Amino acid sequence: MAEIRCNVNGVGRTLNVLPMARLLDVLREQLRLTGVKEGCGEGECGACSVLIGGELANSCLVPALQADGEHITTIEGIAIDGKLDRVQQAFIEHGGAQCGICTPGMILAAISLLKRHPHPTDEEIREGLAGNLCRCTGYMRIFEAVVHAVKPA
Amino acid sequence: MRSYVPGYDLIQGTGIEHVLEMLGEYRPFAGGTDIMVLFEAGKLAHKNWINIRGLLALRGIDVTTEHVTLGPLTTYTEVRRSLILQQEFPLLCQAAEQTGGIATQNRGTIGGNIANASPAADTPPALLVYDAEVELTSSARGARWVSYCKFHRGYKQMDMAPDELLTRIRVPRRFKGWTHFYRKVGTRRAQAISKVCFAGLKRGGEVRVALGSVAPIPMLLHGANIGAIHPIDDIRSTADYRLTVARNLLEDFLKLP
Repeated sequence: MAEIRCNVNGVGRTLNVLPMARLLDVLREQLRLTGVKEGCGEGECGACSVLIGGELANSCLVPALQADGEHITTIEGIAIDGKLDRVQQAFIEHGGAQCGICTPGMILAAISLLKRHPHPTDEEIREGLAGNLCRCTGYMRIFEAVVHAVKPA
Repeated sequence: MRSYVPGYDLIQGTGIEHVLEMLGEYRPFAGGTDIMVLFEAGKLAHKNWINIRGLLALRGIDVTTEHVTLGPLTTYTEVRRSLILQQEFPLLCQAAEQTGGIATQNRGTIGGNIANASPAADTPPALLVYDAEVELTSSARGARWVSYCKFHRGYKQMDMAPDELLTRIRVPRRFKGWTHFYRKVGTRRAQAISKVCFAGLKRGGEVRVALGSVAPIPMLLHGANIGAIHPIDDIRSTADYRLTVARNLLEDFLKLP
């Protein structure tokens, strides 16, 4: 076992982990942050997306040891005091969620995109979401939700 | 089937010297975007790994008048954002852009792409046409530079001893003003692994062409002689299709002004 220290959704944590345990499993099973979903388990679908140091990552491909010293944000850490982020609000208003498995990852991918490109082109939105698979909605509602989440210039 | 997690060790590398001491028994673990896939599939044979991701000395992009030198831990995202690479080595940026999605690009590293030695990797053809060299360092014998076109020797076989660490990658700054051409052909744009990956450079009558996914190693052609490639049938494509696509891409490239 290894001891790691990290900050998860604003809370400092000291965790005993198997160093090769997937961050995905540590978040879900040790911290009960079950908003982090497992889809493919091989970095293709984006359901397990989290932000590490503010950057989008697939938590299924991150061994727990690499979380040491990091700031990690999951979907549970996005709303502040119950107030939804504008991306979350836009997903609700524009029907960007159906079964919900891809939604946390989609929202984190969108938030990460808007941080890099506050006024993204359609092409940038498509690229920003390209690592996240949805099997329900056909993507257009998700795309439209992101378009509506863009802050007016 | 999943791997048995307690059966694997991953220790924290505290510095290059520490990592070099441990190599042999331990293998370097960088971005993890390939290793963790094997691990999850129960196919990761080696058990002992040393985390090098935190080593600052292996990061960053340095520019001198002769070379641009990349730390092996430079991520695809950092490659894409680098102004000097965009200006003088655009094929590297295009290869990085087409590797996985944003999440993979944030974690995956250029050194990992080289040392994982997948014949389908996207950056090696670009590194080959740019005449890259790689620096390998061991605690016993110090550092040596190897021409990247001689580095891959066979499927997953490299001119790299178990006690050696990939410590730098450099490309000579002599391709400014050449025509640069990169194409990755896969099932879809994002995420998909290449069926064929093509990098080409030309100036006047001089051409440099390299291909991925068409042989057991990434291949630098002699001029435009495509006879050297031997694609295979596998889950992603067929030998016939790959050969046809490779020829078509070569033709497109040679037609460019």
